[in-house]
Amino acid sequence: MEASSLTRPALAAKTSRRGERAIRGLLALCALVSIATTVGIVLALVIPSIEFFSEVSPLDFFGGTDWAPLFAKPSFGVLPLIAGTLSIALWASLVAIPFGLGAAIYLAEYASPRVRQALKPTLEVLAGVPTVVFGYFALQSVTPFLKSIGLPVSTFNALSAGIVVGVMLIPTVASLSEDAMTAVPSGLRQGAYALGANRLQVALRVVVPAALSGIIASFVLAISRAVGETMIVAVAAGLQPNLSLNPFASVETMTGFMAATANGDVPVGSIEYKTIFAVGLTLFTITLVLNAVAIRLVNRFREVYE
Amino acid sequence: MRETPLERGFRALLYLSVGVGLVTLLVLTITVIGDGLPFLDWTLISSPTSFNPDIAGARTAILATLWLMGIVIVLAVPIGVGTAIYLEEYADRSRLRNRLIELNIQNLAAVPSIVYGILGLGFIVNGAGLGRITLAGGLILTLLVLPTVIIASREAIRAVPNSIRYGAFALGATQWQMIRTQVLPAATPGIATGSILGLSRAIGESAPLLMLGVILTASKDPDPFSRFIALPVQIYRWTIDPSDKFHGLAAASIVVLLVLLLSMNTVAIIIRNRSHRTW
Repeated sequence: MEASSLTRPALAAKTSRRGERAIRGLLALCALVSIATTVGIVLALVIPSIEFFSEVSPLDFFGGTDWAPLFAKPSFGVLPLIAGTLSIALWASLVAIPFGLGAAIYLAEYASPRVRQALKPTLEVLAGVPTVVFGYFALQSVTPFLKSIGLPVSTFNALSAGIVVGVMLIPTVASLSEDAMTAVPSGLRQGAYALGANRLQVALRVVVPAALSGIIASFVLAISRAVGETMIVAVAAGLQPNLSLNPFASVETMTGFMAATANGDVPVGSIEYKTIFAVGLTLFTITLVLNAVAIRLVNRFREVYE
Repeated sequence: MRETPLERGFRALLYLSVGVGLVTLLVLTITVIGDGLPFLDWTLISSPTSFNPDIAGARTAILATLWLMGIVIVLAVPIGVGTAIYLEEYADRSRLRNRLIELNIQNLAAVPSIVYGILGLGFIVNGAGLGRITLAGGLILTLLVLPTVIIASREAIRAVPNSIRYGAFALGATQWQMIRTQVLPAATPGIATGSILGLSRAIGESAPLLMLGVILTASKDPDPFSRFIALPVQIYRWTIDPSDKFHGLAAASIVVLLVLLLSMNTVAIIIRNRSHRTW
């Protein structure tokens, strides 16, 4: 039996009993559930999408600038939805990346162990707040606030949703970046101090570059989550397909369209129904690429320092 | 050593970075409690949902969320822990197929939750013909939180030192006896913490459930085979309603949801702190 991984010697009995084999099989079956989930997701997306693309040309879908799938004379250009998604991801990144990295540098390089111990779980509470609650906050508090400081925002707008998505993602960036920074051997820091560097120089010129792959992974992961975020967008960004990055206007994202359309009880098998899956496949592909990049980067920094 | 102005400025920026998150959390809590307070009463807990905001409550939504919790616990914990045991104790990591399972779980953890809704809509609701019922919602949430449970359980199992395993083998235990009597008891606190965190993610989720479609007039108490509206989805519906009264109801329901989540997380933290074990 190959009971050993590379680190553990094979100590289990060579001839295993029937019960042992059954348990092993059962456990392997559990592990297969996650494989089946992935296969299920891919099939659930691809099959209706193939049917969709037999009715709508991929050229019209990916090249079209007019999104009106539910109209009597439908038009299936997905670019406005992608623009809406990018707009949200852009504003969210502008919040999450600098503040998340700042929080990570503070936690890893400046905070005393006691402060750090109290601060980390508190920041992580932010990541545990249900997204629909953030949606409520964006619509009921942030949008009125933006109006009150004189920004020409409409009731539903990309800026408010983007900012709140960004705040929600601060812990994502902070936690992964901090992991990467604490993994940097302290010898590097001590060497820099010995050469007369101050704390700022050590943080920015030694630790951050040494942890760069992990830090960039955290950025990519945050962008991926902003792209896939649904509830904040569905509540606060509106449902107005809009091919622009104007932060004050209402936009419709890929996720926002999917949630609104599936919610509206469209008949199964209709072209509207298949549209949900075609948009879903586009979204899944984008996040898959981003996640693959992030996972690669994370595994790389783990290999280097751990 | 005195800090230069540049260093002081940088330090201030770092404080600002941490502050943004903390202040948002504070303002959010105050806002929600302020908006929801007039609606936080017995009617909220005891009345079913309604189109009339004066008599509407979250009873049906709370019950649906409790059902979903039950389904997720029963399914996600055994499957998740089973997967973790397989990967940590049995799987040979030099084999490609086991590395693929690992990579697959890492990726599943980052798939947007709405995509799980698509899986549910395509296969569970329409494919398997289960319909838009509570059980279907529970299955979707189970698949959604499995990666969380698996990753946490694996960490807990990995933290058990190998000497414990060798000791059990030396005394003649089979592999499963070793796992059951030594590894699992030692890893239980970590597994419990991870499971609670996964569960709290499940009950806060709305996007995948939204894909199932929502019934607005669920006046009867839900069961696993009825249609349902979960608490976060109810909050969503009330938030996007134009009426201010429904916004108050949404805020009050958010308070209920946050109290539920907070108490679950407190339990998780207590378990984690109690079980600080050194080998």
